[in-house]
Amino acid sequence: MNHESEKPLLRAEQLTIRFGGLTAVSGLDLQIGRNELVGLIGPNGAGKTTVFNLITGVYQPTEGGIFFDGQSITGSKAYRITARGIARTFQNIRLFSSLTVFDNVRTAFHLHLRGDVRHALWRGRSFWAEEESIGAQVLELLEIFHLGKFRSAPARSLSYGDQRRLEIVRALAARPKLLLLDEPAAGMNPNEKTELMRLIRFIKGKFQISVLLVEHDMQVVMGICERISVLDYGVKIAEGTPEEVRKNPKVIEAYLGEEHLPVKND
Amino acid sequence: MTEFLQQLINGLAFGSILALIALGYTMVYGILRFINFAHGDVFMLGAFAGFYLAPKIAAVLPTPSVASGLAVMFMAMLICAAIGVVIERFAYRPLRRSPKLTVLITAIGVSLFLEYTGQLVFGAAPKSFPPLIPVYPIAHLGGLSITSNQVIVLAVTGLLLVALRFIVLKTKIGMAMRALSFNPEAAALMGVNTDIVISFTFALGSALAAAAGILFAINYPAIDPLMGILPGLKAFFAAVLGGIGNLPGAVLGGLIIGTTETFVSGYISSTYRDAIAFSILILILLIKPSGLLGRKEIEKV
Amino acid sequence: MKFRYAKLLLLVALAFSLLVSLFAGRINSYVLFVLYYIGINIILAVSLNLINGYTGQFSLGHAGFMAVGAYTAAVITNRFGDLNPFAAGTLFLGALLAGGLLAAVTGLLVGLPTLRLRGDYLAIVTLGFGEIIRVIFQNMNAVGAARGLSVVHGYTNFFWTFGAAAVTIYVVTALVHSTYGRGFIAVRDDEVAAEAMGINTTKYKVTAFVVGAFFAGLAGGLYAHSIQFLTPSGFNFMQSIAIVVMVILGGMGNTPGVVLAAIVLTLLPEGLRWLAGVPSLPGIPRAYPFAWVGNTRMVIYSLLLIVLMLTRPQGLFTWKRKTPFPA
Repeated sequence: MNHESEKPLLRAEQLTIRFGGLTAVSGLDLQIGRNELVGLIGPNGAGKTTVFNLITGVYQPTEGGIFFDGQSITGSKAYRITARGIARTFQNIRLFSSLTVFDNVRTAFHLHLRGDVRHALWRGRSFWAEEESIGAQVLELLEIFHLGKFRSAPARSLSYGDQRRLEIVRALAARPKLLLLDEPAAGMNPNEKTELMRLIRFIKGKFQISVLLVEHDMQVVMGICERISVLDYGVKIAEGTPEEVRKNPKVIEAYLGEEHLPVKND
Repeated sequence: MTEFLQQLINGLAFGSILALIALGYTMVYGILRFINFAHGDVFMLGAFAGFYLAPKIAAVLPTPSVASGLAVMFMAMLICAAIGVVIERFAYRPLRRSPKLTVLITAIGVSLFLEYTGQLVFGAAPKSFPPLIPVYPIAHLGGLSITSNQVIVLAVTGLLLVALRFIVLKTKIGMAMRALSFNPEAAALMGVNTDIVISFTFALGSALAAAAGILFAINYPAIDPLMGILPGLKAFFAAVLGGIGNLPGAVLGGLIIGTTETFVSGYISSTYRDAIAFSILILILLIKPSGLLGRKEIEKV
Repeated sequence: MKFRYAKLLLLVALAFSLLVSLFAGRINSYVLFVLYYIGINIILAVSLNLINGYTGQFSLGHAGFMAVGAYTAAVITNRFGDLNPFAAGTLFLGALLAGGLLAAVTGLLVGLPTLRLRGDYLAIVTLGFGEIIRVIFQNMNAVGAARGLSVVHGYTNFFWTFGAAAVTIYVVTALVHSTYGRGFIAVRDDEVAAEAMGINTTKYKVTAFVVGAFFAGLAGGLYAHSIQFLTPSGFNFMQSIAIVVMVILGGMGNTPGVVLAAIVLTLLPEGLRWLAGVPSLPGIPRAYPFAWVGNTRMVIYSLLLIVLMLTRPQGLFTWKRKTPFPA
C-alpha cells in the first residue's frame, strides 16, 4: 500500500498518559490514512487498549495531541469524537444487555437523528418517517451480517461469536470513518477467525473506512493488516508492513517467551 | 470563650458517637462495597437493649455505678453483634452476587423492618433511659459545664478505638479484614474464610453501634424506635466525608460533622441543624468524592 | 401497533376522565379520595421510573420534587378567592404547571451535580437533597414552616388526576420508545459503551431528572389540592422510599408494571386500614381482631421489600414483552 502525501485520517502526536506514577503510554506517534487497515500489537499490558481509550476520548492524554480528519480531538468528550467519525468495539463485549439486537444497533443511529425530544413526544408524520427509515437501515445492516433473524432477541441471548459481530455492526451503525476493533478475535476458534478476517476485509471494502485493529492473534494480524505498529510498555518499538515487523529483532525480543509470533524460516 | 469550649466539648462528644457508628458503615463498605442502611437501627437496638437490660443488671449490681454501666454496655454490644451477624446471614449473604442495587434495597427493607417492628414491640412513644452511671459535674467554671457523662463518652470512645485498632492491625482476623478490603478474590485464594470474616466485620460494627447507642442514651435519655434514622444517616455521611473504607477517616468525619453541627446549631440557627450534615456530604461528594483520607478508584475500561 | 395510536389513546383517556369527573357527585367521597391518590401515585411512580428504571439513576429524593410542586401550586392558588369553574380550571392548570416547572428546575439542580456519582452514592446524595428541600420548607415561614400550609381550594378532581396520570404515562412511554429514547436504557446498561456510540450520557441523565421531577411536581400540586393541608414532614424520605417501592415492585423500566404496582400499593394500606377498623370478618369469631394487621402496615411493607429482593428482584409485575418496533 502506498501512503500518499494526502493528509492522514488520524494522527496521534507524542501521545502520553500517566496514571499516578504509572506511565501507560509514552510519546506515541501514530498515523492512519484513509481506507487503511492498521494493526496495533504488543505484549500484554503494552498499553494497546489505553491507546484506544485515548483516541476515543475515554481517557484524556497527559501530554500530546490527537487529530482526526484535520481537526484536533484532544480532550474532546467521547460522544463528540464518535460524532466526528470514530467508532469502536470493546475488549470485553459491552452490548446493551437489556436491549434487543435490533435496539442495540438502533442506539447508534441516535447520532444521525434529525428529530429530537419534541418529535418523540408529538409523534407526527416526520417522526414516524424517520423511525421507519432508521428501522429499515438497521435491518439492512443486520442482514448484511446475517444477524437479521435475531433482531427481536435480547442481545445477551446471542452466542459469543454473534455478540462480537453485533458489537461491530453497532459500531458501524454510527457511520464511522475510522473503526477501532479491540481484540475482536478473542475467544474464537480457527474457523471463526478466518470468518472474522473475511468480515473485516469486507467491511473495509464495502463501507470504505479505515480500521485500527488491536489483536493478539498473529494469524489475524499478519493476515489482513496493511501496516502494523508495535507497542511495548507504552512505547512504539517498531512499525512497518507485516513482513518487516515479523523480522524486526526488537519485536521478537519483546515477545520472547510467548508463542504468538511465527518466525518465518528463510 | 467558655461558650466556644462548651460547644466544642458537646460537639466532640456527639461526634464521637457518630464516629462509632461511622466505623461500622466504613468497615462493611470497605469489605463488601455496600452501604448497610440498617446500621443506624442497630444503634437504636443497642439503646433499647440497654433499656431492657438495665433493670436486670440493677438486680445484681448497684445502680447507678460504673460497674452496672459497663455491664449493660458490654451485654448490649454482644446482643447487637449477634443481631448484626443474623441480618448479614439472612438478608445480605444470599445477595452477595446480585447487583448492588438489589442489596441496597434489601438493606432499606431491613432498616424499615427494624424501625417499625420496634414501634410495634417497644411502642412508638419515647421511653426514658434509666441512669446507669452516676453523674458528676466535672467542671463548672463560669458558664462552662462539663459533666462526667461527656467525659465518659470521650473516654469510652477512645478505649473502643484503641481496642479496634488493636484488632484490625494486630490480630489475624484483622489482617484478614484488611486483605478482603483490598482484594476479595485474592484473599479467598489465600485461604481466608470470607464468610467468617464478613460475619465478624458485621459483629464488630454492630457492637460499636450498640456502644454508641448506650452512650447516646446516657446523654440524651429519650429513646424511641426511630431514633437511629438521623444519627445513622449522619454517621454514614461522616464515613463518606472521611473516605469510605478508611477507618481513621470515619472517626475524623464523625468528629467534624459532630462539631460542625453543634457549632452551627449553637451560633447560627438550630433549625437548620439537620441540613448541615447533608450539605457537608453533598459538598464533599462534589469536590472530593473519595473523601478526606480516601483513595481514588479508577474504573477499568 | 399500540404505539401508533398512543395519541389517540391519550385523548380517549382524557375524555373518559372528564366524563367520570362530571358524575363524581354520585361516588362516595372516600372512594374518590382513594382514586385521586391512585392517580397521584401513578404519576409519582411512572416519573420516578424514568429516572430510576429506564436511566438507571437510583434517586431516593423524589418526594422533594413533589414538595416543590405542592407548595408552589398551593401558594399560587391561595392568592385567589372563589372563581367560576372556567377561571378556576385555568388557574389550577397554571398553578400545576408552575409547580411542575419549578420542580423541574429543582430536578436540574439535583441532576447536574450528581452526574459523576454511581449506585449507592447517588442514592444517598439524592436522599440528602430530598431532605434538604424538606428542611428548607420546614424553615420557610412564607409557607407555614413546620406548622403547615392550608390549601384553600380543593380543585383536584378525577379529570385532573387521571388526566395527568394519562399524560405522564404517555410522555414517559413515548419518550422511551423511540430511537432517541433508547438512549436512556443504553445509559443505564453501559455508560461507557453509550458514550462510545455517540450518546451524550450527561444530557440523558439530566433530561431524565428534569422530566421526572416535572411530573413529580405536578403530582405534588394535585396532592396539595386534594388533601388541602401541607406539612414538610409529609415529604420526607419515607415518602420517597414508598415511591421507590412502587417502582421496584413493578419492575424497573417497566411502565405497565409500575402503574399496576402503584395501584396495588395505594389500595393495600387502605385495605389494611379497613381491616384494622373492622371488628371482625364474616365467619371469623370476634376473638380474633385484625386491628394489628393495620398497625403492621409498614412492617409488612418492609418484609415485602426484603422478600422481593431475595426472590424476585426484577419486580412482581414484569412479563415477557415483545419488541415495540416496528410500531
